[in-house]
Amino acid sequence: MFAIECRDLQVEFHGRRGTQRVLDGLSLDVPQGQIVSLLGPSGCGKSTLLRVVAGLTPAQHGKVSIHGKDVQSARSKLAFVFQEAALLPWRTVWQNVRLPFEIRHARNGPQLESDMRHCLEVVGFQSSDWHKRPAQLSGGMKMRASIARALITNPEILLLDEPFAALDDMLRSRLNDLLLKIVSESHRTMLFVTHNIGEAVYLSQSIAIMSRGRIAELVEVPFSYPRSAELRSTSEFASFYGRVSEALYRSER
Amino acid sequence: MAGRDFRSHESSRSPRWLTIAAPIAVFLFVTLIWHTLVVALRVPQFILPKPGDVLTAMWNQKTELIRASWVTLQASLLGLVASAVLGSIVAMMFSQSRWIRTAFYPYVIFLQTVPIVAIAPLLIIWSGTGLRTVVLVSCIISIFPIISNVTSGLLSIDQNQLDLFRMQGATRWQTLLKLRIPSAIPGLVLGLRVSCGLAVIGAIVGELFVASSGSYEGLGMVMNAKQANLKTAELMGTILACTCLGILLFLSVQFLGSVILRRWTRDAGFESS
Repeated sequence: MFAIECRDLQVEFHGRRGTQRVLDGLSLDVPQGQIVSLLGPSGCGKSTLLRVVAGLTPAQHGKVSIHGKDVQSARSKLAFVFQEAALLPWRTVWQNVRLPFEIRHARNGPQLESDMRHCLEVVGFQSSDWHKRPAQLSGGMKMRASIARALITNPEILLLDEPFAALDDMLRSRLNDLLLKIVSESHRTMLFVTHNIGEAVYLSQSIAIMSRGRIAELVEVPFSYPRSAELRSTSEFASFYGRVSEALYRSER
Repeated sequence: MAGRDFRSHESSRSPRWLTIAAPIAVFLFVTLIWHTLVVALRVPQFILPKPGDVLTAMWNQKTELIRASWVTLQASLLGLVASAVLGSIVAMMFSQSRWIRTAFYPYVIFLQTVPIVAIAPLLIIWSGTGLRTVVLVSCIISIFPIISNVTSGLLSIDQNQLDLFRMQGATRWQTLLKLRIPSAIPGLVLGLRVSCGLAVIGAIVGELFVASSGSYEGLGMVMNAKQANLKTAELMGTILACTCLGILLFLSVQFLGSVILRRWTRDAGFESS
């Protein structure tokens, strides 16, 4: 059984300019514990696919299963990291990370506090920053808080929609390493939307290249884990980067 | 190049002393012109008194003005609080249903456009000639900016934040309490800043209508009495007191707003549970 199974998904948006088919009979399987990146040009349906998997956008046709279950009943196993950090500005980092538990009326007390401390430490927050509000944080810190908020519910599947798109290369690289560390420690499944080929190659076990609402090609990444930043400067990485780039170009023709 | 731009930007900003001195200089200049014209043209005092006469009149009726200002301030505050509470409730209803919004919003606009002077006599018939009517007029005049700004705050929520709540399975009530209402607080503060001046205007307009009953002693009543007796200097002193009241209320709301909004921008004490 796959962690995520998408079968023949079809999504259409109706607007003033008529109907636009965003997903066109898309099927994709994501095995448990794997990192799969969705790569493709703007408007090819990457973010829509992620939203359908999260149950945020309904599909007119087709089915999504999470560990064999319907998305709505498996939602507690999912966590979504948005392109913007989406932190609530009136709440401190600590309060933002605690938010999912407040909404779910879930466990409280020392265990939660200990989990939160651990979570914030994992994403690189020092205790002196826990009481800061989002306006006082840098873009990278906001994204770390957003990742901590996603991790605190201990989700089996992480859905990330271009979370590092607005960050500089150095920060993006650091947060890539952070994600790899998180996934390697917890064996979570991750579906990751990106425009960045290097990021997709560095993070993923396989890359789904999307074009016009379909998976045009599924490319297996040959590098084993654990991966480190040195991998990016190897000739094998450059060669594979070129292969993915070609596949992306091919998919657009 | 960049340095030159920076210097030119710096030089275009007024020095701090000038931002205080310039308006004072304008005030003194206008007062001087006013005084000179009244003396030179021998304008009768009941038409236009000298600035000094206005100040003297204000000082002479200070007890009456302070008492009346206190009454009008209470009415304005009650009107403002009523418009804040009622306006926020209406805005919350608007935010919860597109149907309610579509059906009732035209009437809110209608309330805003109906001249209060035209309906004040009706309000007196329905509500009497006391404080209640003055508060009602103040509330009607000041409620629109609250409804408009709070509704906007409740509805203009970041889609990612709404999706976050949906992902956690939040109920409509939880989304309202934990997301929409806190997001609308800056809108409420903005609405209060606009409405506080209107609340004072509303209270004085209300007082001008109910003053004739004699059961209420706000600044509006004082103005009516001074006008009836052609005590122009005292009337202008009362108008000045109305202005001071409006400024006082505005500064208070401004201060309160900045204290509340500090939570949106600065740090707070660590809460661990």
